Amino acid sequence: MITLYINDLPVQVEKGTTLLEAARFLGFPIPTLCSMEGLTPYGACRLCVVEIGEGPKAKLVSSCTYPAEEGLRVRTASSRVVKARKMILELLLASCPQSKIVQDLASAHEVRQQRFKQEYEDCIMCGLCTRMCEEQMMAKAIGFRGRGEKRSIGTPFDIRSEECRLCGGCIYVCPACQLRCTYAEPEKAICGGCANLSPPCIEKEKFDDMMCYMDPCVACEKETTTEKKAAR
Amino acid sequence: MERLKSVDELKALRSKLIAGSDPRVPTIVITAGTCGQASGANDLIRITKKELLARGLRDKIRLRITGCHGFCEMEPSVLVMPQGTFYPKLKIADMVRIIDAVAKGEVVEDLLAKDPETGKRIEKQNDIPFYKGQVRTILARSESVDPIRISDYIENGGYSALAKVLSSGNPKWVVDEIKASGLRGRGGAGFPTGLKWELLAKQRNGNGKFVVCNADEGDPGAYMDRSVLEGNPHSIIEGMIIGAYGTGATDGVIYVRNEYPLAIKHLIIALRQAHELGLLGKNILGSGFSFEVRMVRGAGAFVCGEETAMIKSIEGMAGEPTQRPPYPVEKGIEGKPTAINNVETWANVPVIINIGASEFAKIGTKGNSGTKIFSLVGKIKNTGLVEVPMGTTIEKIMYDIGGGAVSAKKIKGVQTGGPSGGCIPATLFNLPIDYESLAKAGSIMGSGGMIVMDEGTCMVDVARYFMNFLKDESCGKCYTCRKGTQRMFEILDDITKGQGTLESLDLLEELAVVVKDTTMCGLGQTAANPVLSTLRYFRDEYAEHILNKRCPAGVCKELVTYSINENCTGCMLCLKACPEEAITGKKKELHVIDMSKCIKCGACKSVCKFEAVDVK
Repeated sequence: MITLYINDLPVQVEKGTTLLEAARFLGFPIPTLCSMEGLTPYGACRLCVVEIGEGPKAKLVSSCTYPAEEGLRVRTASSRVVKARKMILELLLASCPQSKIVQDLASAHEVRQQRFKQEYEDCIMCGLCTRMCEEQMMAKAIGFRGRGEKRSIGTPFDIRSEECRLCGGCIYVCPACQLRCTYAEPEKAICGGCANLSPPCIEKEKFDDMMCYMDPCVACEKETTTEKKAAR
Repeated sequence: MERLKSVDELKALRSKLIAGSDPRVPTIVITAGTCGQASGANDLIRITKKELLARGLRDKIRLRITGCHGFCEMEPSVLVMPQGTFYPKLKIADMVRIIDAVAKGEVVEDLLAKDPETGKRIEKQNDIPFYKGQVRTILARSESVDPIRISDYIENGGYSALAKVLSSGNPKWVVDEIKASGLRGRGGAGFPTGLKWELLAKQRNGNGKFVVCNADEGDPGAYMDRSVLEGNPHSIIEGMIIGAYGTGATDGVIYVRNEYPLAIKHLIIALRQAHELGLLGKNILGSGFSFEVRMVRGAGAFVCGEETAMIKSIEGMAGEPTQRPPYPVEKGIEGKPTAINNVETWANVPVIINIGASEFAKIGTKGNSGTKIFSLVGKIKNTGLVEVPMGTTIEKIMYDIGGGAVSAKKIKGVQTGGPSGGCIPATLFNLPIDYESLAKAGSIMGSGGMIVMDEGTCMVDVARYFMNFLKDESCGKCYTCRKGTQRMFEILDDITKGQGTLESLDLLEELAVVVKDTTMCGLGQTAANPVLSTLRYFRDEYAEHILNKRCPAGVCKELVTYSINENCTGCMLCLKACPEEAITGKKKELHVIDMSKCIKCGACKSVCKFEAVDVK
């Protein structure tokens, strides 16, 4: 058994346990995108980073792949970690805004700005589909091709696969395909509609005709106060 | 040559080779590494062979074809031994005169190198400023061996370190010697080699252990390893056998990038010759120790220079780094203990065994022992490979050895460490070159690339160049590295096109920090270095681009204007050179460039003999 300290709380785990499993065992929330129970950890999305070590040698590692070490000190929400998560979510919003999972994560981490050139890609290369196909469906029909900008997922030479059994597992696990954000407007990358943290209604033209179910709404409160001020 | 069955047989072979060659017979040494061949060394070799045969001089003058000697600016060059006479930048006609002179024991005065300050001719190689300031422990050995003749290597003391090691019968002594020497990995990270070997030796034997030579030299502008691979491949093989003996390794792999065809050719020949002589394979020199080395060729990915990605590539899969721990010394190729070292590190191993660890530790400075080879390139007079003790100042390399700036423009800074490194401004040239000083200045030593930049280099363009390289070479697994390098390139590209804002500069710095923190492997972790170091020392250039939409160095195409000044004589050369017909003017009249048609290709500037084209 290995003893390590997560946010100063000691926890004993078996050899081979990852930091992510240990932290979740204690109940600490760590966001993940490319990690799924039943699939081997990959470490692509970098959202699960935690800070380990002390002093100048402290560094961030992906908790889903890092094995527990005796006496390790882990911080799951230090300022460095939080800044990193916010920037990663900003990058995700800048590339794949139509994924509801990405939008919800962004809302939960209070990401209110997206400062990059907006792109609309369908794939974040998290590798869940390839690992699902290989490890759970035992087909290995799709995989990664190329590197850097030219990285993509598909079948060898884009030839129709004989291994693919059309099971739909890849679509099932894909964070971009799973749930489409149906509210996000093309010009505005950040939605937050479902999580209700920054309601998009205030920028709608027909704002007055909208049925609002939030009480009180941050936006309405603001608007009403100005109106009230003007009326006075 | 027959297979050697013992250390004594090797010694006997060496004595026989030494006895069979007369040291007084003059030797013409022609450098024919990749740079030499590209400059015309093959013609020199051909003409020399023809002349020696035609004049019946084959017994009187020896011809030796070697790899690179380091002074790439002066290729093709010839060295006459044993005198040490150096003839730079030769043509075919010069060669005949030199052969004449060597036959008579004379020197061709007007073909010798000139002292840059006095103009006097310098005869000996070691008196030339470029060579004088160096300590060429590794590079000088390329002068006395023909890389495809193992007999040359043995005659010059090759494999004597291996003999010493095998005779000791003490693998632990080998590891202790390397530890005591203070040798640090020359690939860039500077990890103590002795410690790495000790960790490998501790791993359980019996199931296979690997030692790997990392010859995937990917940094743009760095070619030190290529020189050693082409010029002295046996030094690396000897180093690997010694390392394998000390750590209990059973198999060796040399991972060489496919873009080095000459190095691959010489390695294949060297491995075969070593095998034939019984220096590789089963029961090496009758010691009972067996070790095999095979070569694996890269497929064009810079990321495969990273050790975990290299392991994947050796196993036949796509080069993608994996999480460490577990480190390769515990779980490497096929899950077996593996130690990966750089070419230069391996080349230093026989040196340490031969001269002894304490002697080796005397060279360099405390904590940074030995010499390091740097590739000095860019806006410098004497481009080439420079080997100096650790701790030498940048100033000495730039001016004493490098000869200073190549044009009237002053040297602005030097970029060290390739795409993972940073720029060091001229104001910090008094820094000694060691791992710690460079890291404090915001750069890294890296594999030894030194790209000199002058006032005509745009630092924003430099950062953009490296980011372009990294975004293409990133393996793409980590989201922050793949997208982060793309977005950083986007922002830098906008700045060079005059579309940057101060907010985008802040965003660039914020993103750079996150990419550095969250990426798994060294490529992503150091990807931000060129950006951060140029921002640290050359922020004013960024400000010029953003606020005034101006490129002070005159490089960024969107921001410069071409114009003709009063030096113009109306010769019409530029008019004819312009592909867009953007220049108008009659003979003997001042020409004018129409900026709406100008594509800023620079053709007019390069043909003008009167420096009449201004780029602002």
